Amino acid sequence: MSTVSESKALHALHRSHEAPISLWRDAGRRFRRHRLAMVGVAILGVMVVAVLAGPFFYRVPINEIDFKDKLKGPSRAHPLGTDDLGQDLLARMLYGGRISMAVGVTSMLIAISIGTLIGATAGYVGGPTDHTLMRVTDLFLSLPGLPLLLLIVYLFRDSLKTWVGPEMGVFLLVVAVIGGLRWMPVARLVRAQFLSLREKEFVEAARGLGAPPLRQVVRHILPNAMGPVLVAGTIDVAAAIIAESSLSFLGLGFPPDIPTWGRILFDAKDNLDFAPHWALFPGAAIFLTVLSINYIGDGLRDALDPRKVLQK
Amino acid sequence: MDERDIRGLLNDVTSGRLSRRAFVQTMVAVGLTAPMAAQMLASAGVAHAQPKAPAFTPTRRGGGGPLRVLWWQAPTLLNPHFATGTKDQDGSRIFYEPLAAFDPDGNVIPILAERTPSLENGDLARDGLSVTWRLKKGVTWHDGKPFTADDVVFNWEYAADPATATVSVGSYRDLDRVEKVDSHTVKVVFKKPTPFWYDAFCGNRGQLIPKHVFEPYKGAKSREAPANVKPVGTGGYRFVDFKPGDTLRAEINPNYHVPNRPFFDAVEMKGGGDAASAARAVLQTGEYDYAWNMQVEDEILRRLEQAGKGRVEIWSTGACEHIQVNFTDPWKEVDGERSSAKTTHPTLSDPAVRQALNLLVDRASVQEQIYGRQGQTTANYLNAPSRFRSPNTKWEFNVDKANQTLDQAGWKRGADGIRAKDGKRLKFVYQTSINAPRQKTQAIVKQACAKAGIDIEIKSVVASVYFSSDPANPDTYSHFYTDLQMYTNGPGAPDAQLYMEQFTTWQVASKDNKWASRNITRYRNEECDRLWKSATTEMDPVKRAAMFIRINDILIQNVVVIPVLWRSGVGAATAKLRGMDLTGWDSTLWHLPYWHKA
Repeated sequence: MSTVSESKALHALHRSHEAPISLWRDAGRRFRRHRLAMVGVAILGVMVVAVLAGPFFYRVPINEIDFKDKLKGPSRAHPLGTDDLGQDLLARMLYGGRISMAVGVTSMLIAISIGTLIGATAGYVGGPTDHTLMRVTDLFLSLPGLPLLLLIVYLFRDSLKTWVGPEMGVFLLVVAVIGGLRWMPVARLVRAQFLSLREKEFVEAARGLGAPPLRQVVRHILPNAMGPVLVAGTIDVAAAIIAESSLSFLGLGFPPDIPTWGRILFDAKDNLDFAPHWALFPGAAIFLTVLSINYIGDGLRDALDPRKVLQK
Repeated sequence: MDERDIRGLLNDVTSGRLSRRAFVQTMVAVGLTAPMAAQMLASAGVAHAQPKAPAFTPTRRGGGGPLRVLWWQAPTLLNPHFATGTKDQDGSRIFYEPLAAFDPDGNVIPILAERTPSLENGDLARDGLSVTWRLKKGVTWHDGKPFTADDVVFNWEYAADPATATVSVGSYRDLDRVEKVDSHTVKVVFKKPTPFWYDAFCGNRGQLIPKHVFEPYKGAKSREAPANVKPVGTGGYRFVDFKPGDTLRAEINPNYHVPNRPFFDAVEMKGGGDAASAARAVLQTGEYDYAWNMQVEDEILRRLEQAGKGRVEIWSTGACEHIQVNFTDPWKEVDGERSSAKTTHPTLSDPAVRQALNLLVDRASVQEQIYGRQGQTTANYLNAPSRFRSPNTKWEFNVDKANQTLDQAGWKRGADGIRAKDGKRLKFVYQTSINAPRQKTQAIVKQACAKAGIDIEIKSVVASVYFSSDPANPDTYSHFYTDLQMYTNGPGAPDAQLYMEQFTTWQVASKDNKWASRNITRYRNEECDRLWKSATTEMDPVKRAAMFIRINDILIQNVVVIPVLWRSGVGAATAKLRGMDLTGWDSTLWHLPYWHKA
């Protein structure tokens, strides 16, 4: 009897030795239990697949003008209806979704990269470097976003356009501008994490074993600081999608005939009372995307906090 | 008269160019009965005529409550001589009045003058070298001082002084002198015979400011005058409060020079928002009594009108929505400016390309699907007054013909379907202001061009930037740093002279004149120059009209501009508002003292 339980216990010990529960695996398990986050992942997954693969199956052109079919509600020929030039809304939304999502993800990556780099340097090196970098961050935080956007777009739009073409040029510009103006919170988060983590025992141990600074940062501190960064990143994606919409609204984003979600919404607003479908579908797309990304961020925050006890 | 003619007439009635009564009379003349004609109007969607109530003749001043009007681009200053754009002209017009204004038919209507000068009454010299204005007696400024000939003379001195730097300088600079004959008579003397004598002191640029208030601020100090934002005028309403770009409030002038006018006790002009929301505030919610400049798709206006709170007012103007072709190279910088007059456009300089573009603008679709009642298709840049309209032009939309034209001229399609010749591709940037009807027009043109192997890149600029006069901003319409652009322009007065000067060599916009000159296309043609110069002194109205028509024809044949739509004025008024007498030749508020509610 005792031998059996003993061997079971041994076995369990052995197994746990084979596959130690790492931070990431633990986080994965926690995340899967976060119901709203999982719903978010599902919705976002559907959207991403639709936007990426949709145009290959749904081959209606995005700019076919047909006045006979204008402002029609959803029908078999036009599953999401048409706008006031008779252009198919589903085709436009699939096309625009690519841009909106690409803008969101790319500017998030830019914001996180810059933020992490600056925050890590400031937090690890400390001293005057820290001071300088944090004042720079404050400076950026205090910049009025919109006038700066106007200025940058005004200065660089034409040169970028001649260099890589209108659509790509504006894409780079929008992404750089949105990403370049949203790294400050990330930098502050990362710096705070670094300040506390670099004094922790395991980092001291690594230092004592002779690990060079770069290895200490990349192998030991950074992985432990990534939790809040990921959360901030997901929220940034949502913010970037909305920022792109407002840029389009001001006429500074993509050319007006490129149907990003924000643009479609802007075009539709005057027709809200008699062609609600035109605004509802892109509005719902933005809403669902942003909401699911926020829930995913929520789930990640809970999952990446190792102090939080997994509830069975 | 066949079906097409009748349809044309119906179209004229719907767009406000022909009165209901004139239409019925025409129909009766060709043998139809009046009820039948009225039936035709009803089936074309024209509202029934208002029962002709006797014109409102008030028995006392005031008593009408407040009048709330919405100018979605609000005035920023209230000196008519510095008014850039209609918003400032309209804001000033609440307080200031000219000697004469222009009614919907382009007639010169005396306001501060006692009568309209004419050859018959001898006020207009036969040689066209002078005009005598007799001023109305008993008019006082809002501060109680009398209005006299000295004020009129002062306005000329003030506006013509280059140091004052007025916007209205063009109307006053070339006058030889303005003489005071007696306390209520002035004589305007011209340097040369002037058929367009009703420019100075008339209409928007003719609003008169008081000498005793502005005299200390003539010249370089002009912009410091406190009265630039606190007007003292002669109008039916006097100043109460002004927040530039936001609200403007006025109250009734108890000493107004027209008996028993005005009707309203106060006027509030509110700015902000956009055309569509302004239309809603009048037509749907009824918060405001009148909204200005409804450049909104007609379909939306129709649906809003169904709420029954108000109606859309449409009246004929000379305004033309048109596409301009750049004759210089917008992509090459020469001496610190692009679109420099020293360059020529690499592809648009080929007449075949311009002809093809002219064939690719589907004016009928733009009119039917977007503007509806608010305009009609046209082949002419100069459409009104009707004596200046060319009968020699026509337009068509024909993609095949455009393709043929380009084929013949040697523009071959490349692998991507875009035509090219000698390594130069037909790829154009086409800009306009941000405004839903304009973006739709752009989409329609872009699609047709794609079918003919021309690649169009659409660009839209915020209206406040696009129409600004900022010399540092490359996105304004006068810089024209793109290949094509589209906006509306029209003769501000019932005459074509100022309007057609836009195609003369000396008006070419450039860095030297801070892009303030008016030849935006940079088109240069000696014949246009010569014709325009002779037209300014030609006293025979028929010959003079022929000259302007010839300039129009040159512009159309050479595709300097592509007219898209002859636009009507469009405003939204609450159902009870009457007496506006809206005109295409003067400010919307020219008749403000006569506005009333039924």
